[in-house]
Amino acid sequence: MSDPAARTQDRADPAGSGSMLRTEGLTKHFRIGSMFSRHMLHAVDGVSLEVGERQIVALAGESGSGKSTVARLLAKLYKPTGGEIYFQGHPLSALRSRQDVLRYRGEVPMVFQDPFASINPVFRVSHGVLRCLKLHRGELSAAERHEEAERVFEAVGLTPAAEVLQRFPHELSGGQRQRVGFAQALALRPKLILADEPVSMLDVSIRIGLLNLMAQLRDEQGVSILYITHDIASARYVADRLIIMYAGRVAEQGPTEEVLAHPKHPYTQLLLSAVPDPRAPLNVGAETDRGEPPRVIDPAPGCRFRWRCPLAIDECHQVTPELTELGPEHEAACHVARSGAEVRAFG
Amino acid sequence: MASVPDSDVRGRPAAGEMNGAVLTVRDLSVEYAMERGTVRAVDGVSFDLDPGEFIGIVGESGCGKSTLLFAVAQLLVPPASITDGSVVFKGRNMVGLTDKQMATIRWKDLSVVMQSAMNALNPVKTIAAQFSDAMRAHGVTAKAQVAERSQEVLRMVGIDPVHLKSYPHQLSGGMRQRSMIAMAMLLTPDLVIMDEPTSALDVVAQRSLMVQIKELQEQLGFAVIFVTHDMSLVSHFSDRLMVMYAGRVAEYGPTRQVFDHPLHPYSIGLMEAFPSIRGPRTHLTGIPGSPPNLASPPPGCRFAPRCPKVMTRCREESPELYPVDGTLVRCFLHADGEARDE
Repeated sequence: MSDPAARTQDRADPAGSGSMLRTEGLTKHFRIGSMFSRHMLHAVDGVSLEVGERQIVALAGESGSGKSTVARLLAKLYKPTGGEIYFQGHPLSALRSRQDVLRYRGEVPMVFQDPFASINPVFRVSHGVLRCLKLHRGELSAAERHEEAERVFEAVGLTPAAEVLQRFPHELSGGQRQRVGFAQALALRPKLILADEPVSMLDVSIRIGLLNLMAQLRDEQGVSILYITHDIASARYVADRLIIMYAGRVAEQGPTEEVLAHPKHPYTQLLLSAVPDPRAPLNVGAETDRGEPPRVIDPAPGCRFRWRCPLAIDECHQVTPELTELGPEHEAACHVARSGAEVRAFG
Repeated sequence: MASVPDSDVRGRPAAGEMNGAVLTVRDLSVEYAMERGTVRAVDGVSFDLDPGEFIGIVGESGCGKSTLLFAVAQLLVPPASITDGSVVFKGRNMVGLTDKQMATIRWKDLSVVMQSAMNALNPVKTIAAQFSDAMRAHGVTAKAQVAERSQEVLRMVGIDPVHLKSYPHQLSGGMRQRSMIAMAMLLTPDLVIMDEPTSALDVVAQRSLMVQIKELQEQLGFAVIFVTHDMSLVSHFSDRLMVMYAGRVAEYGPTRQVFDHPLHPYSIGLMEAFPSIRGPRTHLTGIPGSPPNLASPPPGCRFAPRCPKVMTRCREESPELYPVDGTLVRCFLHADGEARDE
């Protein structure tokens, strides 16, 4: 194995601020309908976010909030309509050669939501991880690749590794398959893992194990993780920072505990009030909100949450709110919250 | 059910309320015939359901909860079949009824809401067409009546009746689930069986749907069997809670009681498996290991290999369901509860 520290050094981050990945005004619009249609779906609009080193950042929001689109943009599966992604200080748009892109994909791998669809069922599970190693770490011999595969399988708790590697996907449970996904990512010696809803298809009893694994990867392997989820409780469990997205924009972000203890955006409050909690009495009051998806096709200026917001004022209908710092490292995009008024929309 | 002896407390913590149950399940067992022998996915499950009662069934994948639900609804297809027990619905044992006989009961007296509404709705027919199919099959043929009832049920679940003309793909996930529930209401059944109807939805949509199901249930008085793997979801909605493990009932009792004082180590583990949004941030461990392979279940208690409180006895003998303060629990730790009660 080559020394990972040496590899980092030759690509030193000029900004050097401990930021692993940063986006600036990241935007993705999709054309709807025919090629000549002028209707655009604004999946992601001007998102600026940052993932630090050895940090788990949770990106939370409902379906259609654009969180998966952000992940795909970061994985370079989509080309952004606008904005820029900086990885360790270098803009991604400057990556030209196939080799550069391959290296980036190795450093920022993705773990997918569905452990039943993301592993090829006709090969043993060793196939995927060995292929990753062959493709991304050509310097290893076949024997070293096997050794490395066993190492990463052990690191994600798939033991005995030599035996599990020889199994077929159908012989593994959902939780084990998802661990295979993390092992594959880990084999690339990643800096940042993009985990798109990695536990949502798993049983509640299995989820905790995966969340603990993510925390363990951060603490022991030093990887950062962008954890995309709609489950705020699990975000709270593992994430250092929390970003709440709504309709393609960041509604609120900050240190997890700070955001959850003092949610400023009405949408964050709605999300929090809807989390089922058997230990607390049933929260009634916001159930008139049907949780219908936001309108993101050719949106007019204004806050995108205004149609569901009980506190919406005139300004919300005309001016799109920008993120404003409202607490320590804590930002929200809400006109009402910015005006200093106490926001108590839900819950 | 009069035919059920009062001494049979196995399915029912509160004895004495046996009469008038809309559904009585007794010793229900389901086996899958596999190449290498049979797999007993549901093993001797008993419970009763009163009119208007809401029972939640929870457990991990593979614990038999969906198989149980399919068995109750007589929807099992080979290689699965009911090998033992009875499902008495409104006084009639449904086990062994032909499809034709079941057809008169389905939708009318008993309807099922499946997990994936996307797959349950016909993609090439409008919502109105699917609603009218169900009604015409049960003899409601007058066009005006069909239209009126269709609009009524859609309004009940909070969808604008203009969407009757919509195709499933034109509706959001939440609206599709709602229209499935509306469809289940068409002929005002006595029992609605739901298999994780909210699992594809966001928390906000999920909570709103749960509240609505509960409201409809209170308003129309149907009974509900609700299967989910997420215990916290039913905590505020179900009257009674059944925790299943490896095809058997692990714990069964009033929901609040099971939540506040879980007895079975498995229920305790499940309860501690999900992080809380409030309160202190603590390290959780979940339940290590996975459910046993039902083709060769462990001897003795099936939870023993994963149980933090396992005793020698657990590995040798199989525990019964022991009554403890109105709850039934299959664990030797509470075996003395029986002696105390008698």
